[in-house]
Order: sequence, then structure tokens, then C-alpha cells
Amino acid sequence: MSYYSQILTVIIINSILAVSLNLVSGYTGQLSLGHATFMGLGAYAATLFALKLQSPFLVSIILGAAVAAFFGFVIGVPTLRLKGDYLAIATLGFGEITKNILLNLKITGGPMGLRGIPKVTNVYVAAAALVLVIFSLNRIINSRVGKSFIAIREDELAAESMGINTTRFKILAFVIGAFYAGLAGGLYAFLFRYINPKDFGFMRSIEILCMVVLGGMGNTYGAVFGAAIITILPEFLRSVSPVVAQYRMVLYGLLLVVMMIVKPQGIISESSLSNKKREKSLEKGGL
Amino acid sequence: MVFEQIINGLTLGSTYSLIALGYTMVYGILELINFAHSEIYMIGAFIGLIMVSVYKLPFIVALLLSMAASCLLGIIIEKIAYKPLRRANRIASLISAIGVSIFLQNAVLMSAGPQARAFPANFNVTNLRLGNLQISSLQLIILLVSVVLMVGLHLLIQKTRLGQAMRATAQDKETAQLMGIKIDQVVSFTFAIGSALGGAAGVLVGIYFNSADPMMGFFPGLKGFVAAVLGGIGSVPGAMLGGLFLGLIEMLGAVYISRYKDAIAFAVLIFILLLKPTGLLSRRIQEKV
Repeated sequence: MSYYSQILTVIIINSILAVSLNLVSGYTGQLSLGHATFMGLGAYAATLFALKLQSPFLVSIILGAAVAAFFGFVIGVPTLRLKGDYLAIATLGFGEITKNILLNLKITGGPMGLRGIPKVTNVYVAAAALVLVIFSLNRIINSRVGKSFIAIREDELAAESMGINTTRFKILAFVIGAFYAGLAGGLYAFLFRYINPKDFGFMRSIEILCMVVLGGMGNTYGAVFGAAIITILPEFLRSVSPVVAQYRMVLYGLLLVVMMIVKPQGIISESSLSNKKREKSLEKGGL
Repeated sequence: MVFEQIINGLTLGSTYSLIALGYTMVYGILELINFAHSEIYMIGAFIGLIMVSVYKLPFIVALLLSMAASCLLGIIIEKIAYKPLRRANRIASLISAIGVSIFLQNAVLMSAGPQARAFPANFNVTNLRLGNLQISSLQLIILLVSVVLMVGLHLLIQKTRLGQAMRATAQDKETAQLMGIKIDQVVSFTFAIGSALGGAAGVLVGIYFNSADPMMGFFPGLKGFVAAVLGGIGSVPGAMLGGLFLGLIEMLGAVYISRYKDAIAFAVLIFILLLKPTGLLSRRIQEKV
């Protein structure tokens, strides 16, 4: 696989991750700092199904995603009662606990991780998965369920008084997001052929969040765009010149700050009428 | 054995408290999770290391200089990376904070190299015995410095006009502004104090474990934040209590299940949040409709 098709595949996998977090944080408004946990659970589950039970690739990654969704439910039920930053920290906490458990279990290979995974993922497989994910996400967003998600983001209290069971819908968004993230994790494992708990830690969760925010919260194509930028940026900086390559992570941090200051709403911000109206009324000082 | 673990826990916990104070004060005023705080802690440790090993300064002077430098760094970070975003949505400032954190971490990595450096104490470390209880003078100094700093902070917040302005700003920014409080000054000052405490924690931990490296901020930063949330974020006594509590639990837990040491802190956090969703000593937050 050439360098460029490898990068393209990584961009596509990151897009699935960004799009899935965007459902939770962008559309439903629940800030999660532990999205990489579900990616990791999906990657480990898919790998174990493939290595220990010799299940075929497609079955493995779908089972992996299902396992991630299951844990999304287990983690979501208690934590989604929390609000705002407390939720963010609880998801972060669950992420660190999961990483710690993966580091200590025998079946997951501990800190050595799992190796010898067959290489199946390529550009076409990943692209097909992304198309399916975006297609199904759009169907969800435009349905009653999706409208409920958006209602919760806009005003949880109002949504509840309109008869939306907010806890149930928040958990649903979390589970769907975990499913897609698990799928991306499976693809990741079958691309790099080696996984290790450190691949799915806090920094990865942050990276996914950066993609979503940079692209514009609450916009699926924005998330894809953000994923592309965040993936290409370090590679691009590496290729400019040896000096830049050396300082690329320093520049990366700097660029994140600059981009947020220049365009805090993200590059493709959601320009729905309701949002504009709200901003205007906020400027006037009312709520 | 258990008593020694309690002393170890309190020593570690008091440094968590110092870190947690920085998070909680900034959060109380700006509602921002200042992710760059863990890097201020790391840089504080490095400045202390330079002062002690290159300039051969006495420990207390090194500590004070490191606090002053951290102070300055905190103010600069706020002016450059957070102030322009004060009116934007909160996630944008969060990402900006993460950007600052990545920037600082890698800047130190480039200039100091990835290897951990020894951070020797430049005073005599002796073991004091009280009956069959053993405590090193290093631990005693860490505890003492932390207590002095925390008492000082408490007096500053409760007894001075500046502290009053900080409390007013934390309660209601707009009303405070109407009363003639200069919000920008209060914010700068909050960052200054929080960063100074973070830098002090870095020096203390560096000297305690005799090492400093560019990645050292990550876990203490996370745990300091956990401590702040445990105590009820925005609450100053809560941060002190949360840090000590976290240090104790971690050290006592490590006796029984050492492999899961890092998980314990987070498990406790989730457990407490589920019982009391806004932390142990939370400010009362009214839900505005």
C-alpha cells in the first residue's frame, strides 16, 4: 500500500470517528472526552474475534462494533445523568479505567498489545464503511429520533417538557456513537495489524474532539473535513522541510490555538436558522 | 505500614490539592477546563530544576522563582489563547487550551529532550522517627509548603479586597462588572495565582520523586483535575479536600491492588459523581430557566 493510499485510509477511519463523536457532541450536545475508549473496545473485540475464533473480517468488525455499543450502553446509563463538564470528566474517567484494564488483562496482551492481525482494511473497504455510516447517520438525523437529539442540545429542559425522554435519547445517541467508533476501531486494527492500549487513550479522544470542533460542531461533512485536516496537518508539516518536521508538534499545538481564535465556530459551522436567531437574541442580551 | 501509606498519601495528595486549586479557581471564574495547567506544572518543575542544579540556589529561593515564572506564564497564556475566546462557545476555548498544552509540552520536549532528568534535593534528607512511625524530612517539607500555600490562598480569598473581587466575579460576572470590578484584572490574577500554585506543585513533586521530564504533567494534571471535580469544581476548600482524599485513596488502594493504581482515582471519581453529581463541597448552582 502506497504512502498516499495509507494516509487516505487513515483519513477515512478518522472521519468515521469524527462523524460518530459529532452525533454525540455536535447533534446531541453531550461533551465526551472518552470517545477513543469505544474505538479501542471495538478494535480489541474485533481482533480477538478474528484471532481466537477465526471469524471472518466482516463478522469480526461488526461484532467488535456491537461490543463497543454494548459498553456504550453500560457506561452511558450511569454517566448520562451527569451534565456538562461533569459528564465530560466521567467519560474521561471511564476511558482511563478501560485503558488500565486493557493494560492488565492477559487476553488483551497487556502493554504488549495484540499483533499478527491480518491486513484487510484498504481504501475501498474503509470508504465503503464511511459511506454506509454517513448514509445511516443522515437517516437518523432526519428522523424523529434525530430531531429529539437536536432538541436536547438546544434546550434540555424544553425538550423534556415537550415529552422527550431525554435520558433515553442521550443513551441512544451514546450507543450509536459507540457502535460507529467501534467499527472505526476494527478497521484501524485490520489496517495497522497491531494494537496497544496506548493507541486509544486520552490523547486520541482529544484528537477526535479536535476534528469535530475544527470542522464545525453539528455538521457531518464538517466533521469529515476536520478529520482530513487534523490527519494531514502533521504529515504536511513533516514534508515541508526537515526543520519544520522537527517542530511539527509545536506548530500543531500553535495552529490549534490560532484556528480556534480565527474561527471558533469551526470551518463549516452549522448555519441553521434557529442558531442564527439565537445568536442574534443573545447579542441583544436576551436568552 | 498503613501509617506510612497514610503519610505517603497525604504528601502526594497535598500536591494534587495544589494542582487542583489552579483548575478550580479558573473554572470558578471562566468555566474553562484549563488543560494547559498540567504543562505549567511541568514547566514549574523544570524551572525549579534549573535553579537548583545550574544556579545552585537554595531550595526555597528556587521554589519562589519557579512560582514567579509560572505566574507569568499563566498570565501570558490567558492573554494570548483564552481572552480572545471569552465570548465564543466553551468548546472552542477547550480546544485552544489543548493546543497550548500540546505546544508547551513539545516545546519543552524539543529543548530539553525526552529523557527524565534527576532532580536532587539540595538539602539533607533525613528520616525522622516518631515511635515506630517514619517520615522523611522531604515529606515534611512538602506537607509544610503545601499547608503554608493553602492557608495563604485562603486568607487572600477571604480577607483581601482582591479576594472579594474574585469571589464576586465567580458568583456573577456581569453584576461584578457593574459594581466596578475590572474583570480582566481579576481573570489575570486568578491565572497568576493558580499557575503559581501549579508551578510549586511541580517543584515539590519533582524533588519528591527526584525526576523531571516533559511528559510528567499528564497524569498529575488529570488527577489534579479529578481532585477538583471530586471536591466540587469551583470550590477552593473542595479542591484542597479532594486532593488529599484522592492521594490517600490512591496510596491505600495501591497496597492491595497496585496494578490498577491509576484506575483507582477515576473509579473513585465516578463513584462520587454518581452519589453526588456536583462533587463533595459544591457551590450551589441554580438552574436558570
